[in-house]
Amino acid sequence: MNDAMMSTDEQPLLVAQDLARYFDVSPPWLNRVIEGQPRQILRAVDGVDFAIRRGETLSLVGESGCGKSTVARLIVGLYQPTRGSIMFEGVDLATLRTRAQAAPIRRRFQMIFQDPYASLNPRWRVADIIAEPIRTHRLMTDRAAIRCRVDELLRQVGLSPSDGEKYPHEFSGGQRQRISIARALSSKPDFLVCDEPTSALDVSVQAQILNLMKDLQRELGLTYLFISHNLAVVYHISDRVGVMYLGRLVELADVEELFARPQHPYTRMLLDAIPDLEMTGRPRTPVAGEVPNPINPPAGCAFHPRCPWANERCTRERPEMKPAPNGALVACHAVEERRLPPARAVPPGSPI
Amino acid sequence: MATTLDSDPKTTPGLWARFLDSDIFYSFRRSPLTIAAAIVTVVCFAGAFLAPWIAPHNPLDLSSVDLMDAYTPPVWMAEGNPRFILGTDDQGRDLLSAIMYGARISLIVGFCSVIFAMALGITLGLVAGYAGGAIDSLIMRIADVQLTFPAILIALLIDGIVRAAFPRDLHDQLALYVLIFAIGLSYWVQYARTVRGSTLVEKNREYVQAARVIGVRPVRILFSHILPNVIGPVLVIATINLALAIITEATLSFLGVGMPPTQPSLGTLIRVGNDFLFSGEWWITLFPGVALVTMVLAVNLLGDWLRDALNPKLR
Repeated sequence: MNDAMMSTDEQPLLVAQDLARYFDVSPPWLNRVIEGQPRQILRAVDGVDFAIRRGETLSLVGESGCGKSTVARLIVGLYQPTRGSIMFEGVDLATLRTRAQAAPIRRRFQMIFQDPYASLNPRWRVADIIAEPIRTHRLMTDRAAIRCRVDELLRQVGLSPSDGEKYPHEFSGGQRQRISIARALSSKPDFLVCDEPTSALDVSVQAQILNLMKDLQRELGLTYLFISHNLAVVYHISDRVGVMYLGRLVELADVEELFARPQHPYTRMLLDAIPDLEMTGRPRTPVAGEVPNPINPPAGCAFHPRCPWANERCTRERPEMKPAPNGALVACHAVEERRLPPARAVPPGSPI
Repeated sequence: MATTLDSDPKTTPGLWARFLDSDIFYSFRRSPLTIAAAIVTVVCFAGAFLAPWIAPHNPLDLSSVDLMDAYTPPVWMAEGNPRFILGTDDQGRDLLSAIMYGARISLIVGFCSVIFAMALGITLGLVAGYAGGAIDSLIMRIADVQLTFPAILIALLIDGIVRAAFPRDLHDQLALYVLIFAIGLSYWVQYARTVRGSTLVEKNREYVQAARVIGVRPVRILFSHILPNVIGPVLVIATINLALAIITEATLSFLGVGMPPTQPSLGTLIRVGNDFLFSGEWWITLFPGVALVTMVLAVNLLGDWLRDALNPKLR
């Protein structure tokens, strides 16, 4: 979408390399000693690589518990990575140890949360909520200037400046999400991490919020990392899509390519599960089985117990991300060995 | 100013109007017991804090005290004197005035020790809940240990240390502060536990995470984001604890380790009067006792009502 910008700026805005986050969910020490229970490690994210170019939207999709929200939290610094690195404009975030070093970079990252009812402090006025990043980073100190900027932000997200005097509970879900967006924009960030920003909203309101986000991206040159389990929403907003399964990326492709020619068996299964209004009666692969326990994932390819094309190699050897013929990156032995039937095109007109 | 007035006067009614319209005020209006408790509380507080202006005598002013008036019974008894409505004590001080001045000291000690306990408990509770891990364990284990001692014992201990450390006249001057410190230190645990529990819930809410992403300092997250959301239950405890603190002060003074007889609190008055109970001067100890019970009961009833009114499950 932003050709001129991309060709002049080859360096991606953000690069995640071998990013991993484990959680220790072991029983307490005494239980382990006396009952002989082992340590238990939950691999929420287990080696994820991706790069986000300036001005694009990368979406991460997957079922609940696949680690997509953990990736979002790792990037904005709510969790520290167990392994791997996050580079923002070539600066490794792990090297920013002090608050003073981190602040100029942190200002350029913001996050929009899933639940607009929980992400705004119920005891604060909207104007104070929106101004908090400005005050925290001391971008402005003059009260009138801050007030003026808050009014401008409120207008930018389609609210009225007089709304700044109200409390969050006086707004609907969609309006609250607009307030969240205004707060995220107030420190003039380059990069927004959106963790399922529309999943708590009505469908009609979802479209409004998505369109607002697209408009703002065009106006302000924002870069989005968009986390969602809703493929229709992802189709609408993304430039590229990464599909996650059990803490790993299984496919990373341009949005049109992914929806037209899904490669990985898991991606195909997800796309087949989209309901459509036309009642085409097309044959579908039903989503079979459940996501395995991430504490004890299957050996080899984590998807093999649910995969109709799995063979002996899949149970043994973990597939790496490799380029597929259509340009997508896919982690699948079957795709690599070309023993999959050609992908069925999914009519992408159906979303929303 | 003009712009804020023009903006939309209907959506933001005055604070007072919103209060009159609130659920809390509704439940207040519906409970005659609570209204009665509120009236008694207001009368007690007014009598105590306005004592220098409305009390008939000044019991602390030795020049106005006449030993000849000692042991005057209440006015409705045969030897009663209309100058002393509730009678006088062994030194001829007017009991009503002594009660008003004593209640003033009891209330000052009660309020200050509750504020001290709140400040200590809220801070430690917020830190314990938010930091978690070893800091949380350390603070909460100290709290657990302290809970195994009765509050009176802790207060006696602190009082004993101060008594040993300072000469007697200095100790009498410091008695008020020692009481506040001792009582406050005995009651912080309840606040810390309540605040810690709520903080554990609030710190995982997305608005706290949003503040962390923005880069807000932890101290500011604690006091301007989390604190306003956990303060409700704390205020209820504070109201009930005010009554407890007044009783603790009275107990300590009754045991002789609280306020000295030169600055009597209600507990001191009860202790002094206790000596004359068997010689027939029952009013010297009864009226301060009645005043204490009335005040504590009224405050306690208000606290109970506040707890129920703020608890959505009991509405």
